[in-house]
Amino acid sequence: MSVEVATSADLFDCRNAFVSTLEEMAAADRRVCAVVNDSVSSTKLKGFREKFPDRFVNVGIAEQNMVGTSAGLASAGMIPFCCGASCFLTARAMEQVKVDLGYAKNNVKLCGMSSGMAYGELGPTHHSIEDLAWTRVIPNLMVVVPADPIETRAVMLWARDYVGPVFVRLSRMPVPKLLSGDFVFEPGKAVTLREGDDIALLANGVLVARALQAAEKLHERRIGARVLNMSSMAPMDREAVIAAARETRGIVTIEEASVYGGLGGAVAEIIADEHPTLVKRMGVPGVFAPTGSVEFLLEHFGLTASGIEKAAVELLNKAAMG
Amino acid sequence: MSATNTEEIPGLERRLRQASIAVRRNALRMVHHAKLGHPGGDFSSTDVLVTLYLSVMKIDPRNPAWPDRDRFVMSKGHCSAALYATLAAAGMLEEAALATYMDPLSLLNGHPDRNKVAGVEANTGPLGHGLPIATGCALAAKMQRAAWRTFVLTGDGELQEGSNWEAALCAAQYKLDNLVLIVDRNRIQQGDFTESTINMNPLGEKWRAFGWHVIEVNGHNHGELLRALSGPALPGKPTCVIANTIKGHGVSFMENNPAWHHGVPTDAQLAQALDELAKEEL
Repeated sequence: MSVEVATSADLFDCRNAFVSTLEEMAAADRRVCAVVNDSVSSTKLKGFREKFPDRFVNVGIAEQNMVGTSAGLASAGMIPFCCGASCFLTARAMEQVKVDLGYAKNNVKLCGMSSGMAYGELGPTHHSIEDLAWTRVIPNLMVVVPADPIETRAVMLWARDYVGPVFVRLSRMPVPKLLSGDFVFEPGKAVTLREGDDIALLANGVLVARALQAAEKLHERRIGARVLNMSSMAPMDREAVIAAARETRGIVTIEEASVYGGLGGAVAEIIADEHPTLVKRMGVPGVFAPTGSVEFLLEHFGLTASGIEKAAVELLNKAAMG
Repeated sequence: MSATNTEEIPGLERRLRQASIAVRRNALRMVHHAKLGHPGGDFSSTDVLVTLYLSVMKIDPRNPAWPDRDRFVMSKGHCSAALYATLAAAGMLEEAALATYMDPLSLLNGHPDRNKVAGVEANTGPLGHGLPIATGCALAAKMQRAAWRTFVLTGDGELQEGSNWEAALCAAQYKLDNLVLIVDRNRIQQGDFTESTINMNPLGEKWRAFGWHVIEVNGHNHGELLRALSGPALPGKPTCVIANTIKGHGVSFMENNPAWHHGVPTDAQLAQALDELAKEEL
């Protein structure tokens, strides 16, 4: 799937698209409800609570019960959007996510807010860089990391209609609009944002925009970089990954997550099975991050346009040396 | 199917008692067949299960997915033999299927799977999952302004899982008077007696302090169970029925013995147990 990219200069907090779409869906469908763990303001759901008080459940600071209660709501025909900071939602309630959602196939939409290192200064307790590794191995659980507000809205609309458990990983870090307004999310499909046959940049979430900026810099150096938005983490578009391995000289994966087990891990698994090639996994290299703003931390780990550019050039040099 | 006419209760109690004995006999045969299982807890919870499925709950065995059915969540999923045998007694599962308990590719897993067995509402096994799920069911009924009720059965040792108390707070906050928790208070967990492990007393006071309406019954007395489970709810409060039970109830060598938490009977023990249960029926 290839789409036209129209990067905007303005930056957007994807939580706004999340909450406006959720309210719109709740107005149209009485099955849509929200479940939170006291996180009313960080999920931006104050408006939802005022408009739909009967379909707003605040379980308090209790994530296991939040996910279990959501499973019960779903089993009785509701469509719960279970929203909390991703670090607590996934880690604290992991067994409920595995059993009550994945195994039992309950129709719950987990919305992991402020994921990655969005809570930069608050420290590693509040970073959620392990959530992709944990969730993508759970059978039946769809895992999606939208890249911009347009895709956030498209994913929310799809999640309402898809019958089964979904984990939507959202950030609060402002990002530019990348996709056109009529974009429709398809699970299991990578979105080609830029064609290129020298190297492939596979990114998700807030770093897709930076991968595109890196591709532009590489273009100036006469390097053709293919950019894939890997928002669908599970299921993953194996064909697109294999094509990138076959048709370019190497793959760089870019994610605001641990390099172990997330996008980089998933891509490496597919490549190892189907078409071994050089892969550079960019992300957090198996450490707890130091203190600092999200911008500082992304730069610290090289997760910037120039950092990605540098990694791509190094990978191509490595490939040239055989 | 609710027993509202008090004159019918003695006959109903007799029928439930006989059904409970049949369920225990089937459950023990299943554990013996699988060489695995949790017969002590199967036997302590049988009378609660039978009372719910054969009398209290509004269910349609021919239409297990009836949207207005009462829900039952078996939080102590390890007692699946008693659950499956009860589903068979209620006409929701072919009795012949019981002989496949835990066989390769059987629908009857060691712990119940709602996607395999009609009538199972939740996938349980890890403890502390059922009450949060049941809380969600009860909230859904409130949102839908529906009259059906939600029942959930936990063990007593299971209440050591903190998730139960998260749900207990939530159910009271949302005034879920359509939610009934039954605690199988058999006082034994896998490793030892509950009070030698983590003291659960005073259990009723704990639930009252959490804002629940508490009823204590003899969990092997069908009349007491019928009254507690069929009675009107206290408006604005979830109900906790503490069913005082005996682990391994009905078989002399199993009763109140922690070894039978997950003991498997030998051929001779099975024969003796089936014989003792048959005599109880007379």
